[in-house]
Amino acid sequence: MTALTPGRGQAMRLAIAGRFAPLAARWKAFSATRFGSIVARTLGTNGAWIFLLLVALMFVFNFLAPGKFWTEFNVRTMAENVSVLLVIAVGETFVMATGGIDLSVGYVLLFSGVTSAQAMNWGGHDPTNSGWDIVLLGLAVALGSGLGWGVLNGLVVAKAKVPALIATLGTLGMSWGLAEILSNGQDLRYLPSIIGDMGTGRVFDKIPFVVIVAILVAVVGGVTLNLTRFGRYTLAIGSNQEAARRAGINVDRHLIKVYAMSGMLAGFAGFMSLAIFTTTTISGHANDNLQAIAAVVIGGTSLVGGVATVVGTTIGVCIPMVLFSGFTILGYQSFWRDVAVGAVLILAVYADQLRRRRRERR
Amino acid sequence: MAEPLLQARGIVKHYGHVEALRGCDFDVYPNEIVALVGDNGAGKSTLIKILAGSEQADEGEISLEGQRIHVGSPFEAMRLGIETVYQDLALAPDLDGSANLYLGRELMQPGILGKLGFLDNRSMRAGARKAFGELGVDLQNAQSAVANLSGGQRQSVAVARSVAWASKVVFLDEPTAALGVIQTARVLETVKRIRDRGVAAVLISHNMRQVLEVADRIEVMRLGRRVARFDAKKATIEQLVSAMTGGIAEEGAA
Repeated sequence: MTALTPGRGQAMRLAIAGRFAPLAARWKAFSATRFGSIVARTLGTNGAWIFLLLVALMFVFNFLAPGKFWTEFNVRTMAENVSVLLVIAVGETFVMATGGIDLSVGYVLLFSGVTSAQAMNWGGHDPTNSGWDIVLLGLAVALGSGLGWGVLNGLVVAKAKVPALIATLGTLGMSWGLAEILSNGQDLRYLPSIIGDMGTGRVFDKIPFVVIVAILVAVVGGVTLNLTRFGRYTLAIGSNQEAARRAGINVDRHLIKVYAMSGMLAGFAGFMSLAIFTTTTISGHANDNLQAIAAVVIGGTSLVGGVATVVGTTIGVCIPMVLFSGFTILGYQSFWRDVAVGAVLILAVYADQLRRRRRERR
Repeated sequence: MAEPLLQARGIVKHYGHVEALRGCDFDVYPNEIVALVGDNGAGKSTLIKILAGSEQADEGEISLEGQRIHVGSPFEAMRLGIETVYQDLALAPDLDGSANLYLGRELMQPGILGKLGFLDNRSMRAGARKAFGELGVDLQNAQSAVANLSGGQRQSVAVARSVAWASKVVFLDEPTAALGVIQTARVLETVKRIRDRGVAAVLISHNMRQVLEVADRIEVMRLGRRVARFDAKKATIEQLVSAMTGGIAEEGAA
């Protein structure tokens, strides 16, 4: 008898599925429309759910802490705090789309900040009142430093065939160590005041420059991934490297470009960090690499490559921030964020596994 | 018969001490399906790899339309109008059919956008619809990732991809090995359409019944040599098997 009656667990599952069925049907109908299909493809497979999760979190925190969470000040602070992370996560999205990983981004960011600050302090002169020439020099050095590490990562992965995990773990250590050696472990605090103005500057007195810059990077990254040949090759290599090679794509060169781009964006993020904090913040980037990777994975990029969206990554950067802010406002220890992010991360990868398994069965 | 489209003469290939091909000949004529059969280890795959440019012969000559050619790489083969459908389906499963069809040969937007690297997805999708339509491949959702297609449809995409770019010869290495009955029929139908488009198809298969049904001509290999040629309409399974296993004398020696 018991075998014939559905268990309570199954009944509950059915009830839940029933509750969500109209929603799912509506989503399906929506994504069949012309506009809907663009939205659906932009969000990606996980994107819709992740986006709903982000919105739900914001509603919950706003409900639990009315007038505290959803304020101009708090939203701006959150946006400011994720801007640097978003820039490196965009680069990480491309790397992970190829099926690789870049562990070095956080320390390449740090290294580039140090070399950039030192270049602006060249010859021991105080750059506080320096003009744009010195600022541009600093920017160029930051970008160049990041690019250098990125190219090195790319060469080691593509030409020397060292697995990306180890290659970028190696450059993580190297860039970290060299940043500490170059700076003697001392934060450089003398920077052109123009940089500080950029860090605190706002458009319409409301939106910080750094947030706009980060959004621009994400938009350019998203367009590149979805609409250009560079993005197509990136996904093709992640999907089936051998197929890409047989199709005549220069896989090695493309991989080097992708890692170089990730490094350069990390260098740029290093410069943004200088602008925001007006110091090199040597001890402040210990987890940036893992946060970026978590954001990319939560955003629906597959760990084995081939599937990736920058919109998903952007949402994936925001979720931990919302959790952090929400828990802090509610008076819980902010470490609850790490607990929650860890769980979301595992769920995101599990969802990807399920999708792949379902697909295999066809 | 007309001049051979693709001709191989005296191909020799060593792998260390193993002689995979021992002076092998092979002919492909225009507008035909020629089946290449032989027991395991007869050298079929090696011969195809050499003709498709992914391996180099130690000795021997290859000519295309009477001109001697050197096929140094798969890309050179592609440039010459020779395409290969690989046994392991060289597709990117996460990309859609159109992206796979145009992989490595993307159409770009006109003007400055194209220079910036922007893809012309609309034209590629239209081209893909046409290419798949020509081969009778019905993809209900052309924007769905290839991984979401059935095995037969995936194979069809792989075949369509090669056919779309081949102007001379398509090699198909066991194209139906992993397929069910209906999908197999579909792919074989596709192979026939290749011929009807004026492209020669070379089919490697272990299925003698299938070979007799689809091919116009059959070339048999044994121990690294071509040992017999048959007109598919007149050949029987017994004849093929006997040629494959050495029951009849070698072509050159007779």
